[in-house]
Amino acid sequence: MKVVLQNLTKKFPGRGRKHAEEVTAVNDFTFEIPDGELVGLLGPSGCGKSTTLNLISGLLKPTGGRIFFGEDDITELPPENRGVGLVFQNYALYPHLTVKQNILFPLQNLKGKDKLSKAVMLEKANEAARLVQIDELMDRKPGELSGGQQQRVAIARALVKMPDVLLLDEPLSNLDARLRLQTREEIRRIQKETGITTVFVTHDQEEAMSISDRIVVMKDGIVQQIGKPQAVYDDPVNLFVARFLGTPPINVFAGRCRDGRLYVGQDAVLGVSGIADQEVYVGVRPEGFVLCEDGPFVCRFGSVEVMGRDISVVSEHDASVGPTVRAIISAENRVDTTNGTVRFSLKPQKVFLFSKETEERIQGGITECINGVTMSGRRL
Amino acid sequence: MRKKWRDSGLKGWLYLLPAILFLGVFMVYPLIDVFIYSFEEGYNSASQTSFGVGVYNYSYVLHDPYFLQAVRNTFLLVIITVPLSTGIALLVSVGLNSIGPLRNLFQTIYFLPYVTNTLAVGLVFMILFKKTVYSDGLINLLLTWFGGSPVDFIDGPYCAKMFVLCFYTIWVVLPFKILILTSALASVDRQLYQAARVDGTSGFRIFMRITLPMIAPMIFYLIITGFIGAFKAYSDVVALFGTNLNAAEMNTIVGYVYDMLYGDSGGYPSYASAAAILLFAIVLTITCINLLVSKRKIHYE
Repeated sequence: MKVVLQNLTKKFPGRGRKHAEEVTAVNDFTFEIPDGELVGLLGPSGCGKSTTLNLISGLLKPTGGRIFFGEDDITELPPENRGVGLVFQNYALYPHLTVKQNILFPLQNLKGKDKLSKAVMLEKANEAARLVQIDELMDRKPGELSGGQQQRVAIARALVKMPDVLLLDEPLSNLDARLRLQTREEIRRIQKETGITTVFVTHDQEEAMSISDRIVVMKDGIVQQIGKPQAVYDDPVNLFVARFLGTPPINVFAGRCRDGRLYVGQDAVLGVSGIADQEVYVGVRPEGFVLCEDGPFVCRFGSVEVMGRDISVVSEHDASVGPTVRAIISAENRVDTTNGTVRFSLKPQKVFLFSKETEERIQGGITECINGVTMSGRRL
Repeated sequence: MRKKWRDSGLKGWLYLLPAILFLGVFMVYPLIDVFIYSFEEGYNSASQTSFGVGVYNYSYVLHDPYFLQAVRNTFLLVIITVPLSTGIALLVSVGLNSIGPLRNLFQTIYFLPYVTNTLAVGLVFMILFKKTVYSDGLINLLLTWFGGSPVDFIDGPYCAKMFVLCFYTIWVVLPFKILILTSALASVDRQLYQAARVDGTSGFRIFMRITLPMIAPMIFYLIITGFIGAFKAYSDVVALFGTNLNAAEMNTIVGYVYDMLYGDSGGYPSYASAAAILLFAIVLTITCINLLVSKRKIHYE
């Protein structure tokens, strides 16, 4: 079932007697989640992603805007009538009930014509348990399970009544790194198997990128960008999105465009076309650096971190906004550090320009060659 | 040497010593002493001599109509007040928990009896219930208002007196129970309720299947301490009915023990000891039953 959010807005009243300012947690959120997709809501803490999820679940009432499931307007519907499954950040399993009783709980709530016989309920519970592979643990209590197992129970409980929409709130944040990797694939698999439209909230961009069909990047209640993970990564609309996506994060430099060239510090590093002369922020992805003996981009060498397949060259640059510049290059390269500097050329498609004032992306051509001049500035 | 000192746990015992000493002198020794008294027949506290050892004291106490009356009163008090006060406290706490504004005000009001002096409370009950030559008391005034006939609650029929005693006991124990239960209710993870709501659980079912089990340990704690407290009731009865409880038919087991020691008919430490040991046995048995039931039925985190 598709989920449509239309100008969704949520304001919370301010705390304190005087100067109580309203806090806008979600601001004018419009988006259509296609049927059967897995959508990741992504953003730093306090950006309104969990609030959005709670608005979809019905636990919060929106201040403005409408929510549709399919063609039905469910904005005024209480959570119990929406047919959503919700997995909480800390799972919210009933501690006094066994796994089986926990999974059965939503089914036992059904009344009237939806009421199921005991045998059917048990069959459905077992089916959900098998789906998340916890059928061995049915008679344990949540306290006797590991974090990952509790997580699966929570998903099984949310899935057992076959909701139209599955909502996951920071589903992996309580798991250790290895389990997180495993569980996120698990969530992906379960979502594909059931085909349930799924929205999940995370502050971990890697997590969102790896399993989502589509990601929504939010900041201060405002949607920044929506798109396929790779598309958002390759084509960020502003500096915030560019910085938020990618590990290690993007390197940002102060620079300027002049006469068709892009300067970082004193060095003309790339050619630009169709961009007016102005001060800019230059974002360079770590994989956008290429070691090059006469490359135009000169950094003071710091250290090399070997990560097996790749090596990470840490260096400094005067124009860098952050303290260090991190470049990721193939481990086959040898880094020559004899005179304390390391020289790079840049891959144009990995370089983004942002306006200094608005931090919005400046669209325009970026090329390696500048009017017949090589990147180092020497005439050919 | 040093290692041996640590391994033997002597250090731990050393730390426990002050507590053990005090408990030993003021609790264990008297308990054993009372136990011994209760089997010494015809013990004389002046000469500290007895005729012999046997179960005569128990037999006397168990055949004493005043003791049987006291046991009946105590059991009635326990059976009526413990479930009622716990139930009412639960209702009030759930109510308090679900109101938003004025919650602190009501919490304070419900807690006031706890910090009020017992004698002052007794006086208030006197004014409410006592029938004197000059007035019938406020409750009787209300009763006649609604067409009933006035009842003497303090010196009248047994039922009326029992009613006042139970009413008073419930009123006195309620604040503490409300305090415990409201904090227990507040400590239940709100996400459990949200999860239940999203799953379409009705309010009643949420209460029965989530709220009650989650606060059950606290309810049970209140029931156990309530049982023990009610079995030991004495001062409340004195505050309401004066010291001549046997005549008022309102004596309790503890009151009987006191009367046997110091009352007008007193001076019988052996009988008092036997009665005290009997009370101890009753409380122990009921508490054990309580604990057994709670282990089966209650989920402790």
